Amino acid sequence: MSQTPFIDIKNLSVGYTSRSGKTIPVLRDVNLSIARGDSIGLVGESGSGKSTLALAAMGYFKRGLHVISGQVQFDGIDMLNISRNDLQHLRGGRLALIPQNSGQSLTPNLRIGQQITEALRLHSDLPANDFDAGVIDLLSQVRLPDPVGLTDRYPHELSGGQQQRVAIAMALASNPEALLLDEPTTGLDVTTQAHIMELLRDLAKERNLAMLYVSHDLGAIARVCNKVMVMYAGETVLTGSTKQVLLSPRHPYAHGLLASIPRLHEASLPQALDGRPPMPSETIIGCAFADRCKLADKTCHSSPPPLDRLDTGEAVRCFHHDQISQLNQKSQKSARSMPVAVDKDTALSLVNLAVSYTQPGLLAKLFASQDTPPSTVDRITIDIKKGETLGLVGESGSGKSTILKTIAGMVPRQSGNIILNQTEPLDTMVEKRPSAYLRQVQIIFQNPDDSLNPRHTIEQILAQPLRLYYGLSGAPLRDRSIAILEQVRLGAHYLERLPSQLSGGEKQRVAIARAFAADPEIILCDEVTSALDVSVQAAVLDLLDVLKRQDGTTYIFVSHDLAVVKAISDRVAVLYQGRICEIGPVAAVYSAPFHPYTDALLGAVLEPDPDVAPRLTADDAVELSPPKTGCPFQRRCPRKLGSICETDIPTMQEIAPGHVIHCHIPRADL
Amino acid sequence: MTVSSNSHQQENGRFMTVMKDILARPSGRIGLTLVLFHILLALLSPSIAPYDFKLQNSSLMLSPPSGDHWLGADHLGRDILSRTLMGGREALLVTGIATPLAVMWGGFIGILFGLVGGRVDEVLMRIVDAFLSLPWILKMLVLIVTFGTGIGVLIPTLTFFYGIPVIRVARAATHDIIARDFVWAAKARGHSRISIIWRELLPNVLDTLMVEGAMRWSWMLLAFSSLSFLGFGVSPPTPDWGLMISDARGFMSFAPWGVIAPVIGLSSLIIGINLSADALAKALGIDRAQKAPM
Repeated sequence: MSQTPFIDIKNLSVGYTSRSGKTIPVLRDVNLSIARGDSIGLVGESGSGKSTLALAAMGYFKRGLHVISGQVQFDGIDMLNISRNDLQHLRGGRLALIPQNSGQSLTPNLRIGQQITEALRLHSDLPANDFDAGVIDLLSQVRLPDPVGLTDRYPHELSGGQQQRVAIAMALASNPEALLLDEPTTGLDVTTQAHIMELLRDLAKERNLAMLYVSHDLGAIARVCNKVMVMYAGETVLTGSTKQVLLSPRHPYAHGLLASIPRLHEASLPQALDGRPPMPSETIIGCAFADRCKLADKTCHSSPPPLDRLDTGEAVRCFHHDQISQLNQKSQKSARSMPVAVDKDTALSLVNLAVSYTQPGLLAKLFASQDTPPSTVDRITIDIKKGETLGLVGESGSGKSTILKTIAGMVPRQSGNIILNQTEPLDTMVEKRPSAYLRQVQIIFQNPDDSLNPRHTIEQILAQPLRLYYGLSGAPLRDRSIAILEQVRLGAHYLERLPSQLSGGEKQRVAIARAFAADPEIILCDEVTSALDVSVQAAVLDLLDVLKRQDGTTYIFVSHDLAVVKAISDRVAVLYQGRICEIGPVAAVYSAPFHPYTDALLGAVLEPDPDVAPRLTADDAVELSPPKTGCPFQRRCPRKLGSICETDIPTMQEIAPGHVIHCHIPRADL
Repeated sequence: MTVSSNSHQQENGRFMTVMKDILARPSGRIGLTLVLFHILLALLSPSIAPYDFKLQNSSLMLSPPSGDHWLGADHLGRDILSRTLMGGREALLVTGIATPLAVMWGGFIGILFGLVGGRVDEVLMRIVDAFLSLPWILKMLVLIVTFGTGIGVLIPTLTFFYGIPVIRVARAATHDIIARDFVWAAKARGHSRISIIWRELLPNVLDTLMVEGAMRWSWMLLAFSSLSFLGFGVSPPTPDWGLMISDARGFMSFAPWGVIAPVIGLSSLIIGINLSADALAKALGIDRAQKAPM
């Protein structure tokens, strides 16, 4: 398949000049060639240089970056010494980019039709009166429903998945020969992501594209790429076919990266990859990965390993690539703490909880109008036992974060009750709650960049709960802060630092430390790992599990990632449009019988295994509000029975003790 | 006590790093040097000025620069060097008091509007917009004509009008910060509103206000000089750059030195302030001027 390279990057080094005048490389001597029909996945942690490399293929460098040495060729054209005009003609023409956040890459004040017409005018040979037909053709190629109606819509009227499809359509307008994709599905729901992956896969095949796919998501890469290149600290550490790299990685870093991904079919926590990659400014003497590597010896620390070409077609930058099998034995995963006993007390009860964001106005109240939209969250009844971890999963808009915010008193309830420790009502907003209750419920947010005040030192951040709830000050405050920091595996020397001086994983540890400082009964975790790299995610999950075992804390763990929820939870509730579809022990929910929605979600998960194809049942349409009557999933359900689904609230069917499915389909058929 | 002294040290440490960052930039070095030079000059000029600024010598009227009078003399035969050296004193005094006052009241009201939010904020901001839509010179002249000139009127007038744009900036910064998760986190923990404003909000808004203050200072200097130019600022014979430019502009074609000297004085101070403000914004990391990716 791979004859002559179409995109050919040779010995490319790219760097920036630091303030002291030193040249600091971010890409070091990278080689990459892509032939027509080839699809290469570029993998690595944030900061590994993968996006820089992908943009370099277009001859584009972010401000401040310059080429130190090497060359970039596109179909024989030297991209580094080409006139600006020619470059502009190539970009978006023969070479198209699909960026990460397509919502931002579409112009908000132009209709979809106009935007795609623009792309056609600039980069296609189509005569002007065929543009309309061309637009509709492109929109149907990316499998958007009702392409004619869509041309008149504005980007904000489309869902994230639809916007991404429009971005793909625009990229295809020029009939490109090569496609660069920079994390194109990050931030999209699982079902949407799976559909877009299938689309890209088919497009690449139909059009014989040369594709470069940058992602930290190995599941997505497994689906569309036939080759994978793993980058670490600006260097290539491993290349090979997707099967070779994902199933039997020959580099310790790739091995660690794969082990840190939570898998659907495993009941244990993923293996954390300790340490952090070197900063570009650090001088690396030996192997860049040596400090984090379990196989490293003296040679690794003193001399840089060469990129060895193996007979199998792989290329590995490691002295010990023949000893990788040892890692498998060393990394026997520790089983997670077992589910709590059922006879324990209830920590938190949600009784028929409902939340509505639309407050009925005075007029609507007076006339008792029937047009009030259905509640965002409704009929949530869950008892959470002490020490239990309850996972809440669902796509965006499923109401999972709203439920957390309601428990925390940041969003008012519409009806129903929240009861702490069986007796203490948490019905008021946070301002009116007694401080004894406040201490018992703590929340950890998704993005530590946003949840830690950038102007506070770690000491000041930890002091806030300690002073507020325990009135600590002076030496006891400092001692307690250090003790808590050590619990989250950070040392006393972190106290004086500011959040900006910490890595993403360290920041999230501080956020966790702040929550635990209150010594709470319940911790609400709102997508706490989704802003982190996979290797860091594994470490954070492990930390949360250890702390919970120590303190017997109860977690409510919200995530869109089904594998993460499976790894950490004892019980799982699957939510759709603010209603529970299925709830039960992890093992029961993740195996048949399924609610049709659970089935659709699980089927759409992309596993980092090229041999496993997703099962796409439900389509990826996005609904903005729940249906007024009947089952919340009625409009997308592939197994809809008929009008009963539209009129009646699904019956609760107890499949096994504690495992409940809300569905009209008879139990035997589920 | 240890904690408060600690946080004090932290603030000190931050001041030093910001200072270092400013001085590491050419704009910061040049800007701060110019500003410091002018402040020193304002303090010392009475003792270093070679002649009495109001001494008139009819034999020297409009005489060009010479060995005795380095920058020549004006239409009343007064030494231009002495008058230029002292010409910034009044301006620096008035704006030096009015700027911090303007930032303080504008910042306070802006943060308040930002916190109150909703419809009240909407309505009040439209009033602010209405004020901003009037030409500044017009509103100022109305007050000055009504209450008369002199420092006692100029400082409150400048403070009032230059605080209004600060409201906008402080309100926008407040809106940015209160939507962030760390404010939510403090709220969920149960901190009081005062504590949230004081600890979470203010430290983050102050950076923006500092840069805004530096920018406002240079605008205010320009406004003060313009008022003097029009005859509504300082009263003669007090030396002032704006007034000097106004006096000398009639003779510009044959005695340009009378205009050039105060122009250099005024513009070097304003450029100095602008460069410092620019470096400060970059050092604090709130510089929004980014090169377009084209």
